[in-house]
Amino acid sequence: MRIRPQTLARLVLVPTILLTVIGVYGSILWTVNISFTSSGFLPTGKYVGLDRYYELWGQARWRVAYTNLFVFGGLYIFFCIGAGLLLAIALDQGVRGRSFFQTIFLYPIALSFIVTGLAWRWILNPTTGLEAYVRGLGYEGFSFGWLSDPDMAIFTLVIAGVWHSAGLMMVIIFAGLQSIDGEIWRAGRVDGISRFHMYRGVVLPMLFPVFVTCLVLLAMNVVRSYDLVVAMTGGGPGYSTDVPAKYIVDHLFDRANIGRASAGATMLLLTVMAIIALSTYLGRKETRR
Amino acid sequence: MKDQNAIAMAAIYAFLAIAAAFFAIPLIIMLLTSFKTAEEVREGSIFFLPESWSLAAWGKAWGEACIGRVCEGIGGNFWNSVLITVLATSISLLLASLNGFALAQWRLRMSGPILGMLLIGAFIPYQIMIYPLVRLFATGGMHQTLGAIVTVHVLFGLPILTLIFRNFYIGLPEELIKAARVDGAGFFQIYGMIIVPMSVNVFLVAAILSITGVWNDYLLGLIFAGPNFQPMTVSLQNLVGTQMGLPEYNVNMAATILTALPPLAVYLLSGKYFVRGVTAGAVKG
Repeated sequence: MRIRPQTLARLVLVPTILLTVIGVYGSILWTVNISFTSSGFLPTGKYVGLDRYYELWGQARWRVAYTNLFVFGGLYIFFCIGAGLLLAIALDQGVRGRSFFQTIFLYPIALSFIVTGLAWRWILNPTTGLEAYVRGLGYEGFSFGWLSDPDMAIFTLVIAGVWHSAGLMMVIIFAGLQSIDGEIWRAGRVDGISRFHMYRGVVLPMLFPVFVTCLVLLAMNVVRSYDLVVAMTGGGPGYSTDVPAKYIVDHLFDRANIGRASAGATMLLLTVMAIIALSTYLGRKETRR
Repeated sequence: MKDQNAIAMAAIYAFLAIAAAFFAIPLIIMLLTSFKTAEEVREGSIFFLPESWSLAAWGKAWGEACIGRVCEGIGGNFWNSVLITVLATSISLLLASLNGFALAQWRLRMSGPILGMLLIGAFIPYQIMIYPLVRLFATGGMHQTLGAIVTVHVLFGLPILTLIFRNFYIGLPEELIKAARVDGAGFFQIYGMIIVPMSVNVFLVAAILSITGVWNDYLLGLIFAGPNFQPMTVSLQNLVGTQMGLPEYNVNMAATILTALPPLAVYLLSGKYFVRGVTAGAVKG
């Protein structure tokens, strides 16, 4: 007997659906459930209500990690989109060697965050990198010790992160600029509107959906940011550059505190859901306009 | 007016040149340092040119550098990464293209919700799912095996890859499939003889996305691969992180570049397909 093609079309989906339902949704439910238990080294079924969440927020390290999510995330997203926009506009002025510049701006996106973090760790390291070099040139008073300064180390992550992702923003925004009808530019010129005002008043508002796309892509990198922190600062000095993703992994495997890690993971999940809701809202608002 | 334009253009080129330097310098520094000898690294700044070019650091990084007590370099991990990447990418592409075809062309009632379920899952950070997955693999006796690391890569890669294929297949005319069915072709015949040959470019884009994603992963490799299949990113981080005494910057940077080379080669060789690959996730984000 031959199986109907319609049935086969359903059957090929089965492995993916099973994998996703168990691996993704089952895992999420498991973690949320464990966050309400007293689990330590091993998961237990003893429920303690919201205790693990009080414990989590009572801990300075978590509060620093969670705040860093927004400090790092806000600056990373702002500078990535800002740099991407400036580069895209510059390349849109009919410059020569455009694909050469694009190749240089974009290549870091092909590298892992581990490679990115290590490279910048060496450049910003006071004894081997930039500081030693500038001092060697004769500027003895020059100092750039952000990497070992608990107040400033978080900004070194921003520098490395922007280096990694700004090129991608440039490409996406550039594609958006190219898709704008030449008629609009012509109309602007006829009315005597300067290029600057055309960008600010006409072109950039038209690219609103493109910016939402950029925002979503970068936000996903932010909530997942683990590799970059591990490679560059290891969360230090102290725990000044810790992030939730690292906090969770450390508590799962090194500190064997599954319950608290799960509470942290659930907070991260809620944060991601809020970001999804926000970007959906922004997207809807745009289509209604 | 003309002068003004010339000044503006000069400013634009200056801006682009400075930006290019910012993006290029880290790679240049790592390349230069990797060619230095051990003595030179100890003496000079990493910004100086090597005085005598040497390949010693590259050889050491590949085959002799010590990670903890084991001094075998990261060459073996290179092959682990190749194995994991090839397996995960081929399985993902096969499943994702079949999924995309089934979801786009067969008028399944649940295709919308299924796609939605896949994509929402793609936004969730791995940290929320790793521990239950570890338990699951441990129960099945698969913890820290090749099967485990490939499975998690497939699991987390499938949503976006399925979306890429589905978005392409939804644009194919329905008549194509209908005509093939009238001629008596079955599901897999249509897939193999019509759909795959028509979507070679999509396979290329999806492969680029998958290869760079799997190769550059660190977290999943750290937790699921175990010591026998440890990927290169993990061993690189261990190499740099666990060194005792004075760090051997030339060896570390050679190891870093070795780890970065495969995705960099993919980037340089694939050109606009690469851009389509890395932005594919954004299209319907």
